[in-house]
Amino acid sequence: MAMLELENVHTYYGNIHALKGLSISVDEGEIVTLIGGNGAGKSTTLRTISALQRPRIGKIVFEGEDVTTAPPPEIVRKGIVHVPEGRRIFGRLSVQENLEMGAFTREDKQEIIESMEHVFQLFPRLEERRKQTGGTLSGGEQQMLAVGRALMAKPRLLLMDEPSMGLAPILVEEIFNIIREINQQGVTILLVEQNAHMALSIANRGYVLETGQIQLAGLATELAASSVVREAYLGGG
Amino acid sequence: MDRSEAQSRPKRYIDFGRWIRLGIGVIVVGFLLFRLWNVLWIERAYGLDTWTRFAVSGIILGSVYAVVALGYTLVYGILFMINFAHGDVMMLGAFAGYFTLEALKSIGFLNRSVGTSVLSVIIAFSVGMLFSMLIAVLLERIAYRPLRTAPRLVPLISAIGSSLFLQNMAQLAFGAERHTYANPDMIQRNSGWMVMIQGKEVLITYTGVLTLVISFLLMVGLFLLVQKTKMGKAMRAVAQDKETAALMGIDVDQVISNTFAISGLLAGAAGVMWGLHMGILYHYVGFIPGMKAFTAAVLGGIGNIPGAMLGGLTLGILEAVGPAILGIPFQLKDVLAFSILVLVLIFRPTGILGEVLSKERA
Repeated sequence: MAMLELENVHTYYGNIHALKGLSISVDEGEIVTLIGGNGAGKSTTLRTISALQRPRIGKIVFEGEDVTTAPPPEIVRKGIVHVPEGRRIFGRLSVQENLEMGAFTREDKQEIIESMEHVFQLFPRLEERRKQTGGTLSGGEQQMLAVGRALMAKPRLLLMDEPSMGLAPILVEEIFNIIREINQQGVTILLVEQNAHMALSIANRGYVLETGQIQLAGLATELAASSVVREAYLGGG
Repeated sequence: MDRSEAQSRPKRYIDFGRWIRLGIGVIVVGFLLFRLWNVLWIERAYGLDTWTRFAVSGIILGSVYAVVALGYTLVYGILFMINFAHGDVMMLGAFAGYFTLEALKSIGFLNRSVGTSVLSVIIAFSVGMLFSMLIAVLLERIAYRPLRTAPRLVPLISAIGSSLFLQNMAQLAFGAERHTYANPDMIQRNSGWMVMIQGKEVLITYTGVLTLVISFLLMVGLFLLVQKTKMGKAMRAVAQDKETAALMGIDVDQVISNTFAISGLLAGAAGVMWGLHMGILYHYVGFIPGMKAFTAAVLGGIGNIPGAMLGGLTLGILEAVGPAILGIPFQLKDVLAFSILVLVLIFRPTGILGEVLSKERA
């Protein structure tokens, strides 16, 4: 049984039909990527899973439970954590407070401290800057903080929206290495990326989205080799 | 000169408006310095004792403004709306405290001993604060929450409507006559410590000192709550970015409700302090202090918690010493306060400390 399953999901922004009967599944332990152009519905898919947007039709099942109508805090408690597009860190909270907010749904103080130490192991830069306000961090550090903040919730499934956006190539590499590391520590990952090449290089499987529908699905290696993907998203050839 | 007009003109005219504002600023400050010089050294209309009296009453009044202003600023920080019914929430808290003291007086508890008097005051504060909290939370639930996604003007109108509604309900329920607060004998109004200044007596009232102490404790408490507790941090997170706060698992509606609850608690305490210190209570009593506190919040920088405290104290002191310095009748202190509001909005719309709690979208 799949860990996460979207069945025939239709999501609207007002009258705009953003997702048109999307069905995807993510198995435990996988890295699954959604690729596609602007406006294909990649971010909307993640927003629908984390309940920022409600599907008008369709069903979302997480670990055998219907979570279609669960409010965002309940989604987080179940272990689905969303790293939003553009990082969206709390600029006037300190790095440490940002991380504490990530652990908002958790009660055990000792465990929270352990999680924070774990995050600092992953991102030593954040520990150096823990008293600084989030707004003073560089773009790369903010992305690390956004990922670290999500890890503080002890996710079972991490939804990542464009983690490479606006980062220098060397930082993109670093972020993707960390995504792989997080995955190896047992966190399932659903990754939305413009950078299809990088995304397919770390993913197990992928879906190609176009105007709210799945155009192509398959193993990452298959997608990377397919002519459609190569032409549309990997820069031809 | 109109600002938008200035911006639509060619670039070289833009500085013009700034020079005019600078000019007016220099004239205002110059005039104030001249008046200050005149009053202190030429006319010598007031002795040091009188100035002390002004300052003391200003600080006491200012501390009440500060506590009420915090309510405005907290709600603005999180919802970007001015809760114009806040002064009336304070009025209702004052009434709740009034009826509590009346009830305690009628059963002879109020003045039985020092202990029961102290206890009575504590009970009055608790009832006043809890009642105001309840009203503030209901207000948010009924008048503001359904309008959360509406344009920003809409909840503002709803707030003004709520203010009128609460005033009229209070008039209907408690009558239009003036009620006199039943202070315990040990803190009667106009009783206090006599301080000798230049051979003249200056009265420091017990109620004034009580007001000052409680205001201070409330402000420290609020500061710690917002800075150190999980709830306070969640409030700051929601103030900055509601959607991302929701992604953290923060229940945004609950945090907004809590914010109104805290603003209500503060307003209730301010109401009971107002009653104990000023003594006179009727349905309209929240309106002017509410507006003054709003002015204080703007003066300090709306959305900014230390700003509200600073703005409240500044406004209270200016109101107390301002008429004397300007040489205008003391009845015009309200004019002075609201002139400050206008001047701040023209010259420094972000207030003394600027906007800190929330500047994402103002």
